[in-house]
Amino acid sequence: MANAQELQLKTAIQIRHLNFFYGKFQGLKDINLDIAERKVTAFIGPSGCGKSTLLRTLNRMYSLYPGQRAEGEINFYGQNILDPKQDLNLLRARVGMVFQKPTPFPMSIYDNIAFGVRLYENLSKGEMDERVEWALTKTALWNEAKDKLNQSGLALSGGQQQRLCIARSVAVKPSVILLDEPTSALDPISTAKIEELVHELKSDYTVAIVTHNMQQAARVSDFTAYMYLGEMIEFGQTDQLFIKPKKKETEDYITGRFG
Amino acid sequence: MNQNLYRKRLWTNRIGISLSMAAMVLGLSVLLWILFVLFKNGFAALDLNMFTQSTPAPGSEGGGLANAIVGSLMLVGFATLISTPIGILAGVYLAEFGNRSRIAELTRFMTDIMLSAPSIVLGLFVYAIIVAQVKQFSGWAGTVALALIAIPVVLRTTENMLRLVPGSLREAAYALGAPQWKVATMVTLRAAKSGVVTGVLLALARVSGETAPLLFTALNNQFFSMDMTKPMSNLPVVIFQFAMSPYDNWIRLAWGGALLITLTVLVLNILARVIFREKISQ
Repeated sequence: MANAQELQLKTAIQIRHLNFFYGKFQGLKDINLDIAERKVTAFIGPSGCGKSTLLRTLNRMYSLYPGQRAEGEINFYGQNILDPKQDLNLLRARVGMVFQKPTPFPMSIYDNIAFGVRLYENLSKGEMDERVEWALTKTALWNEAKDKLNQSGLALSGGQQQRLCIARSVAVKPSVILLDEPTSALDPISTAKIEELVHELKSDYTVAIVTHNMQQAARVSDFTAYMYLGEMIEFGQTDQLFIKPKKKETEDYITGRFG
Repeated sequence: MNQNLYRKRLWTNRIGISLSMAAMVLGLSVLLWILFVLFKNGFAALDLNMFTQSTPAPGSEGGGLANAIVGSLMLVGFATLISTPIGILAGVYLAEFGNRSRIAELTRFMTDIMLSAPSIVLGLFVYAIIVAQVKQFSGWAGTVALALIAIPVVLRTTENMLRLVPGSLREAAYALGAPQWKVATMVTLRAAKSGVVTGVLLALARVSGETAPLLFTALNNQFFSMDMTKPMSNLPVVIFQFAMSPYDNWIRLAWGGALLITLTVLVLNILARVIFREKISQ
């Protein structure tokens, strides 16, 4: 846990004693974790270990569903976002999220990106055009999409749709981007493109990614958290965790003996 | 391999398919029979006068259905204008905001009752609260009665279509910081658009053939009238009255009117299917 401090990195999100409940079932148990600014932090672990649950607490996506609740503290640049007074829409504008399956909105490619921007910014037509181009360039989609900005987002291929979704998140200029198994529905080439993109993104954004693909975590992340049955088993720099895990359970999982 | 078991399954399969084919032929042949009789008599009755002249007085020659056609268009048109926004907004409320709350469950329950209520009951209701109060049959009363029938249809289809929109699309919109009303109107309702339009068309098709609720509300009018505050002629009631009359030209007009309504409903249904299929193929 001291890794981020040892490396003198700034902490974007500090999680302290986080417990999470789906009704009576406890999905997360006393999680403590620092997510470093402008780094990629990966959550790995077998299905049902709570890695997605953890990610969904960071933008309070769980609040959409009655019966789900979190206890403890999640300090986002010093502000506890679990505070009931937290404005959820503002939080989500600053902590963007991309999902497992591509979810383009039923509107044009241009409007898919403009939708989120319009919520919080009043841009002129020219400024909006620039923003759309910027976001699509950032996600390496501009060349493929520039001639069909008025076509439906659904007309793109799966990998392109997912990059559109990332562009949509990036366009609102959040400080954190959460990626929930963003490549599990994609082919290897699209996956490689998204992974490249994650590399690019961390120069400007703090990224947290959930993946059940360990190689992917090893490739894209700076820090990795291994979770099992709702508990954080080990957290550290990705190189160290994969080459010299401190815990036996972690070693068993990453060597494929279990999971 | 057990030959007996295989043979038994083969025969069960053959009998099952034969039975379901027979049921299909039975159902389909009745429908075709109805259409055949209707088309034979209807097309024989069809002429230009039907669209230019109003319903004839008893005993007089010729005549047409112009007043009934225009009356039906107005009644159904206004009923659609009233029921569409109410039905869609209520459907959005149930699917996006109300969910499992008590008021939403109550609304759903009432809607189900309204959907299965005999339309004559709704006609009587409107008679009691409007016609009996102002002591005047009117186009408006007919419109209200038709709207009452259409609202639950639109409402239920809207809700069901919104429920088909994957939750991940909703989450994706929330994840950008969109407020709930924006998610509901800009994203989910838009995603369900073709389904909702289908619902409106089906409601339209449903009310365009309704007779019972118009009997005590819009009544009928022998003359051409576009005054919604007065009794108004309409196809279903004209068909009802003319088909039972002793006059040949009246019976002929009833067949013509029945053909017009059936063709309208047919076109609306086909249109609804086409629009809905386009959505699926997207």
